[in-house]
Amino acid sequence: MNTPLDEVARRPGEWLRGSGPLHDIVISTRVRLARNIRGFPFQPRADADQRADIAATIEAAVRKAARLNEFQHLDVEKLEELDRALLVERHLISRQHAEGRGARRVAFHPSEASGLMINEEDHLRMQVMRSGFQLQEAWEEIDAVDDAIEEQLEYEFHPQYGYLTACPTNVGTGIRVSVMLHLPALRLTSELEKVGQAAKDMKLAIRGLYGEGSEAQGDFFQISNQITLGRGETEIIDDFRSVVIPKIVEYEHAARDALLKNRLHALDDRIWRAMAQLQNARLISSNEAMQYLSHVRMGLHVGRLSSVDLQTVNELFIQTQPAHLQKLQGERLNGEQRSIARAALIRARLSNN
Amino acid sequence: MGLCERCKKAQATFHLTNIKPSGEKEERHFCERCAVEAGLLQIQKPSVNLNDIIESFVGGAKESGSALSNLVCEECGISYVEFRNHGLLGCPRDYDVFKEPLAKLLERAHDGATHHTGKTPKSLGTARTTQQDIHRLKRQLAEAVAAEDYERAAELRDRIRELEE
Repeated sequence: MNTPLDEVARRPGEWLRGSGPLHDIVISTRVRLARNIRGFPFQPRADADQRADIAATIEAAVRKAARLNEFQHLDVEKLEELDRALLVERHLISRQHAEGRGARRVAFHPSEASGLMINEEDHLRMQVMRSGFQLQEAWEEIDAVDDAIEEQLEYEFHPQYGYLTACPTNVGTGIRVSVMLHLPALRLTSELEKVGQAAKDMKLAIRGLYGEGSEAQGDFFQISNQITLGRGETEIIDDFRSVVIPKIVEYEHAARDALLKNRLHALDDRIWRAMAQLQNARLISSNEAMQYLSHVRMGLHVGRLSSVDLQTVNELFIQTQPAHLQKLQGERLNGEQRSIARAALIRARLSNN
Repeated sequence: MGLCERCKKAQATFHLTNIKPSGEKEERHFCERCAVEAGLLQIQKPSVNLNDIIESFVGGAKESGSALSNLVCEECGISYVEFRNHGLLGCPRDYDVFKEPLAKLLERAHDGATHHTGKTPKSLGTARTTQQDIHRLKRQLAEAVAAEDYERAAELRDRIRELEE
């Protein structure tokens, strides 16, 4: 079980660092670009040899790009299941990439702020992640990563359709902007449909914490663009930056203010009961832990709780996930063993504050 | 963890707590499907579902004949039907081979768009000096004007003119 990923499990990771603009509500900002290289079929039609060639070609290009020389490269095909699950929990690879077959790779900067997947649905998918609301910075960085790789190889680019992708829903810019939001007050006040409406107006999708097909856990929601053709990258980013996200952040602030003003006891009750559960539980599921941590996190941000520090809470969000928990324990655990270990970890972390 | 209070069949995965004005709490438990159906949550599949689009398109295309479903890309061997079933294309050439049926699909998936705008590979030469740069310069121009930095504004204006030509 001793892999380079053991160290990774101990770090909080970029997306839960808890800093950056509007970080009380905007957990992280992520920009992804999908690219395919010339001379190969798309993933579904590539045979084993072609997949191996694609992986080798892109990995060589990334290694040659001076800007990316700190990237760590891992062969996903050779990783243990637990390591792959760990990378999913850290948003470094998708579930699809973890569960896929054949030659596939991942590479990322040690800060985990930028990384890429080779041979996922497209030949290359790169991403940049930033704590808090930092869309412009994330875009500029990924634009530069994209340029650095493009200097080493040739992308499939169509005069009319732009960057070609295996799925036509990604064609054009190949961009997917995702902003992760923590919206506990809107959920408590049953006002989430406002968020849905704001997103729908701009043709954006809302998903749970782990993207496609995942449920909302611990009041975390991910908002991302759907349209990739006919709108430039900066236009898409501007929609998020100047319209959608400020609006949702305003809703959540208003909901928090309303709870503080009109339902203070109920709010305090919620926060302190969550704290009590976390400090006393002997068996706790990952979903349950997320929900209580979510309320404690809100408690910290609205100033109703100060007996625990934000960094600890942020770290617990990720360290209580199943693969992280097993990595930290150094052994494979079944469901009940995980619930026991999770409860013990949380109690220990919350009493040492 | 109990069953959904609405359908009483599926496992409840959405747990909602309403705090009433009195401070009284009300716990409710739903499965994902019922939560969405009851309008309690907007957690839903992406609003653009490729399969739906393809289904509805192919449904409409059937009337005009089966020519489309016979389309096959010689390069990668994928047929339009296979693409329809899996949602993924086989190779870059498919965008031209299936151009006609894809055009309608793309318009639906991308809000009517038919052409790429935005970044282009640097290797294409003309690259990058397109809309994106003009867009950015215009924003900088507006900022310069707002800041009454007319010298910079004039510079920016000239650069925008150059690019637009």
